[in-house]
Amino acid sequence: MAFEPKIVGFLCNWCSYTGADLAGVSRIKWPPNVRPIRVMCSGRIDPTFVVKAFREGADGVLVSGCHPGDCHYYQGNYKALRRYHLLRRVLEQFGIHPDRLMLTWVSAAEGERWAKVTQEITERVRKLGPLHLKD
Amino acid sequence: MPKPKVALYWAASCGGCEITVVDIEAHILDVAKAFDIVFWPCLMDFKVKDVEAIEDGGIFVTLFNGAIRNSEQEHLAKLLRRKSKVLVAFGSCAHEGCIPGLANVTNRDEIFKTVYQETASTDNPKGVLPQTKTEMPEGVLEIPEFWNKVCSLDQVVDVDYYVPGCPPQSNQVWAVLDHLIQGKPLPPKGSILGAGQKTCCDECPRVRKEKKIKRFYRTHEIVPNPEECLLDQGLLCMGPATRDGCGAKCVKVGVPCRGCYGPPPGSHDMGMKMISALSSVIDSEDPAEIERIIATIADPVGTFYRFNLAHSILYRVQEDLKEKQAVK
Repeated sequence: MAFEPKIVGFLCNWCSYTGADLAGVSRIKWPPNVRPIRVMCSGRIDPTFVVKAFREGADGVLVSGCHPGDCHYYQGNYKALRRYHLLRRVLEQFGIHPDRLMLTWVSAAEGERWAKVTQEITERVRKLGPLHLKD
Repeated sequence: MPKPKVALYWAASCGGCEITVVDIEAHILDVAKAFDIVFWPCLMDFKVKDVEAIEDGGIFVTLFNGAIRNSEQEHLAKLLRRKSKVLVAFGSCAHEGCIPGLANVTNRDEIFKTVYQETASTDNPKGVLPQTKTEMPEGVLEIPEFWNKVCSLDQVVDVDYYVPGCPPQSNQVWAVLDHLIQGKPLPPKGSILGAGQKTCCDECPRVRKEKKIKRFYRTHEIVPNPEECLLDQGLLCMGPATRDGCGAKCVKVGVPCRGCYGPPPGSHDMGMKMISALSSVIDSEDPAEIERIIATIADPVGTFYRFNLAHSILYRVQEDLKEKQAVK
């Protein structure tokens, strides 16, 4: 059977989750590989969540928040941005391909963009292949 | 009534945890008065067969320090678990792998290559590597098998309590031993003993301001202001991601906290908590500048996971990136 990537998506409540919802009600197709988890803000996404997802079988992780300047909590998405950069560096040192982690901004009006983003990470992780974490 | 038996053992460790027990000074006599020390190879002459002769569960408490990285240490950990009512992971190595756990950034083959072939002082023209069994005219010699990874004690056997620290501070050690001597009720299984419930920052006397970090410094690059928070000054202090209980000894003398007391309550993975903490104080909203600031952190994994790597979620360096690069 062909490899189907498992991707955990952490979506902020105010923009990205609503954007994904809009994609749904607009009947825009997006890959079912991304499993969305709603959190209140992208700034709430502890890096622990990301590595835990990898440890428990995810091949990729998508973090999605409001566009810079649009955060419902003023600057949570900037915290997510800094975490993303630092976490990528740490993942690389851990021998995990940093492209398995993706950060993106999707607003509540961008159903089309949500579909594009999920296609992008799905294809990216498909190319990288399954993640086998060793004990 | 016979005195309760107590054992102390060391596996992959430096001996600092043994020193810290002796550092309780004259109280060591109280320990000897209250307990019958049945096994303490670092200080007294015992043999493993002495332990084997004790009935299962016959030892009241074993303080086990050191990580587990070979078959002999595993054997002793399992033996002492069987013989002890209470098994305490004593010190950072047994608690979460500590410095030996940093070997998980590599593997057995690489370690053997460096140690037995590549170092400048090694003279090994035949490239001999340790074997678990060697045939000699007198018979077969056996040495323990070296593992591909370093484990904390609780990854090998069931552990009742943890005493964190590299080494645990002697006043905290005495507090734990005194608790046992007085026969007070034991706390719930899995408790962390001899430490606090907050972070190192709560014990730190330095003055904190709003943190805005434009670059990080290594300790040799600046002379820190003696009154101000070290992290405010750009030194990578692990205080925000470290449990209190040590008395903030390092930061009081101008050395950033290295994180030996392990993660604070509610957290399991110090490195990820540190990423979280630092990301809140890096002063930039521009990706290129953020990259520049992050580049001033010399070794993120080695710094954030100095004591916690073997016990972290990712546990060891993975092959994913290497496999992908090999494909290219």
